[in-house]
Amino acid sequence: MPNILVFAETRGGALRKVAFETVSAARALVDANGGGQVHALCAVPSGGAGLAEQIGKHGADVVLTAENPGFANYAREAVAATVAARAKSGGYRAVLVSFSAQGRDLAPRLAAKLDAPVAADVTEIRIAGDSVVVKHPVYANKVIATLQLDGPLVVLSTRPGAFPVTETPRTATVELLAPASDPSAEKVVVKEMQEGGKGKIDLGEAPVIVAGGRGLKAPENFKLVEDLAAAFGNAAVGATRAVTDEGWRPHSDQIGQTGRQVSPQLYVAVGISGAIQHLAGMRSSKTIVAINKDKEAPIFKVADYGIVGDVLEVVPALTQAVREAKASG
Amino acid sequence: MKIAVCLKRTPDSESRFRIAGNGAAIDETGLKFDIDDFASYAVEVALQINEKQAPGETVAFAVGPDAVQETLRKAMSMGVDRAVQLKTDAPTYDGLAIAKALAAELKAGGFDLVFFGKHAFDTSGGIVGTATAELLGVACVTSASKLEIASGKGTARRELEGVAEIVEFSLPAVVTIDEGIARARYPSLKGIMAAKKKPLETKPAQLGQPRVTVKGMSLPPDRPPGRIVGEGVAAVPELVRLLRSEAKVL
Repeated sequence: MPNILVFAETRGGALRKVAFETVSAARALVDANGGGQVHALCAVPSGGAGLAEQIGKHGADVVLTAENPGFANYAREAVAATVAARAKSGGYRAVLVSFSAQGRDLAPRLAAKLDAPVAADVTEIRIAGDSVVVKHPVYANKVIATLQLDGPLVVLSTRPGAFPVTETPRTATVELLAPASDPSAEKVVVKEMQEGGKGKIDLGEAPVIVAGGRGLKAPENFKLVEDLAAAFGNAAVGATRAVTDEGWRPHSDQIGQTGRQVSPQLYVAVGISGAIQHLAGMRSSKTIVAINKDKEAPIFKVADYGIVGDVLEVVPALTQAVREAKASG
Repeated sequence: MKIAVCLKRTPDSESRFRIAGNGAAIDETGLKFDIDDFASYAVEVALQINEKQAPGETVAFAVGPDAVQETLRKAMSMGVDRAVQLKTDAPTYDGLAIAKALAAELKAGGFDLVFFGKHAFDTSGGIVGTATAELLGVACVTSASKLEIASGKGTARRELEGVAEIVEFSLPAVVTIDEGIARARYPSLKGIMAAKKKPLETKPAQLGQPRVTVKGMSLPPDRPPGRIVGEGVAAVPELVRLLRSEAKVL
């Protein structure tokens, strides 16, 4: 089959996990359709060639690096122009980006520039003759739509966490690409990036998420959630909408229909009743643990493992047990 | 300011959904539809700007069958001055086609700002707003959770994964609105009465041949039924054992 162009997402010049997911997804797609090349494009301030080995490991044949100091932040117009110019150069069946904050912004720009049909937040991709067929969860994950895209070139954004990161190593060749527009002359200019906290694992990247709800009773009890996350070591902290609306946690921590949608390996719901809006954001997690004092709480219907009890007692005990389990290897 | 707000009509997000007989749509029987939540925040933001920086005009747009007229009336009952329906036979999943129809209509409108919700509850793709901005060739800020407009310029805050981005942009611009920015007002009785007399124009939407079509819809597989491991602190050792040996996540 023809080649696939992937936007390999970076932040601050470093590749993000979603970049490996999209490259892996593209590799799997070309391999399932008689082979083809995966071209991964990075827009970085400098040092693009250094990323080639990491991207090649996941199956990219060519790494295209557009370097410019203006790419220190996401320069939306120049990134879109550069990816679109490359896609237009021909030979591509699809452009893949992640349905991340950057990719959500980028995919529709590409579709408009390329006049290409676009589908967002896809969880499966296959080629069916002249069409590309994708699955796209709709209505807050309560319904799965199968969409058919007709066109010689399509734009797809892949749901973070839906495509496994795989290793099919090859030595990617590196090509330097000139930005198609000047990233320091954008209509939208980034003035400032406010960090959410140093060393914090993002909800979209964390293999484990510990989330707290109103059952914690008071904002200071979120310490128990943070302690449990720290015991796992690779965990991020999330919250329900009730809790972020109360101001116990920042809005950016909110998991649910209107917040982040996550699918970690392990999701621990602490004092969360399981309102349908919350379930919409986490029900695709691989393993779900729930701790809640109300045994009728809807969260127990989706939890693989539930403990009925007072979170203020159970969570510290679990934290201690996880610490011991981690220490014993 | 002249502000356009593009609306989508979506069902109540707490509904239980069933698949329609044709297998390629949801069964709308019994569902309650309204302005999508994010679009309602967009209406609120537009109204607040024009209340502070009078005189201005706020115009609502919606692409869809006649059912969207109710949605447009709702926006007018909140305070939007007039509305335009770009009429189609049925909703479509071709976001770029919708963006083309909107861009063709908005182009000559002389709008300083065009607002959208950051996405709509039903498809949650967030395609139409950004694609419309591209087609119009204007600045586009997606997922704004704070917005200030002053002297022909805008400043917005965007919540990204783990960081917040503060951007500045020139007008005219398309901004897609995230939650947290404003709570949508309830229409007053006076507003509801006034909305009945406000102009609602209907024009055919130029959608062309759709290139994204729904082949099927299905309900996701249920998770296996949940299991209660036990009660209280006493259940912790068994939970940890299961996480290690069965789920293999510890």
